[in-house]
Amino acid sequence: MSDMVSALNGARFEGFAEITETGLCGMVQIRADLASAGLAQALGGLGLSVPGRRAILSAGDLELGWMSPDELMLFCPRDRAAAITQQLAQALGGEHAMVLDVSDARVRFSIRGEKADQVLMKLCPVDLPTLPQGEIRRTRAAQTAVAFWRVDGGLDLIAFRSVAGYVMGLLKHSARPGAELF
Amino acid sequence: MLRLTCPHCGVTAEETELTPGGEAHLRRAGPDATDAEFESYLFARKNPKGVVFERWRHAHGCGKWFIAARHSVSWQVFGTYPAQTTEPPADLIETIRAAIPTWEGWQ
Ligand SMILES: [Zn+2]
Repeated sequence: MSDMVSALNGARFEGFAEITETGLCGMVQIRADLASAGLAQALGGLGLSVPGRRAILSAGDLELGWMSPDELMLFCPRDRAAAITQQLAQALGGEHAMVLDVSDARVRFSIRGEKADQVLMKLCPVDLPTLPQGEIRRTRAAQTAVAFWRVDGGLDLIAFRSVAGYVMGLLKHSARPGAELF
Repeated sequence: MLRLTCPHCGVTAEETELTPGGEAHLRRAGPDATDAEFESYLFARKNPKGVVFERWRHAHGCGKWFIAARHSVSWQVFGTYPAQTTEPPADLIETIRAAIPTWEGWQ
C-alpha cells in the first residue's frame, strides 16, 4: 500500500511563533442529535462525552469538539480513524446519524509560542484574549474557513486540505519575525 | 461594522463571518397566484428605512441560518433568532416596540 502523506508533509516555519503542519491526524465527523442518549452511549465507549456548545474536550489521545448544534469533530491518531469511524457508526446504527472519516479532507496546524495568539489576531475576526481554554472557535482566516482552540503552549488550528498551502502561507506571513503586534 | 450574535452557537460574529440571505419571512405565492403576486414574491422587497428582518447564515462558523432584526439607519440590533420559524418571537417584537413606539409592525 502507498504511504499516507499529510497535506504539507509536516512543513515548519520559525517566526515570532512556531508554525507546524502537524502531519497525519485522524478526524472523524459526527452528525447526530447531540441530545440523544444513543450518541452519549456511543461516545462513552471511547471514554468521551458530548461536549457543550463550542467546547472541546479530550480523553487520552482523543479530542472531541462541538462544531454546530448537530455536528461534532473527533480528533484521533490517524491510524485509529477508520476503526473509530466504524465503531461509532455501528454504535449509532439505530440513530439518525452519520459518521464520516474526514482525515484526508482536513489539515491541522500547531501555532506555538508566547505570541501565538497574535498570529491569528491578524487573520481572524475573533477577540483572542476572550477565547477561553476548552473552547473551539470556528471562524475564517483571511478568506477561508478554519477552527482553532487553545492547547499547552499555543493554539491548534484545522482547515480544509484543499487550502492547506494557502493557510500555511497566511500563518507564515503573519508570524514573520518582527511582525508581532505587541 | 455589524456584529450579530448567532443564536445557534452563541458567537457574536463580525459581519465578514456571515453571509447575508436577504429579507426574512417571505411567503411564497401559491399555485393559484396571479402573475403580479408571483412577481411581487420574487422581486418586491420592503427595504424600509427602519426595522428590517434579515436572513443571515453563520457561514464561517457553525453554518446555520438565523434571522436578525435591526434598524437599517442606526444599525441598532434588536435581536436574533433561529430561522426555523414563520414569525419573529413575541419578546423580540416587544423589544422593538419599546425602542420604536411608532414601528408599524413586521408584516
Ligand atoms: Zn453560529
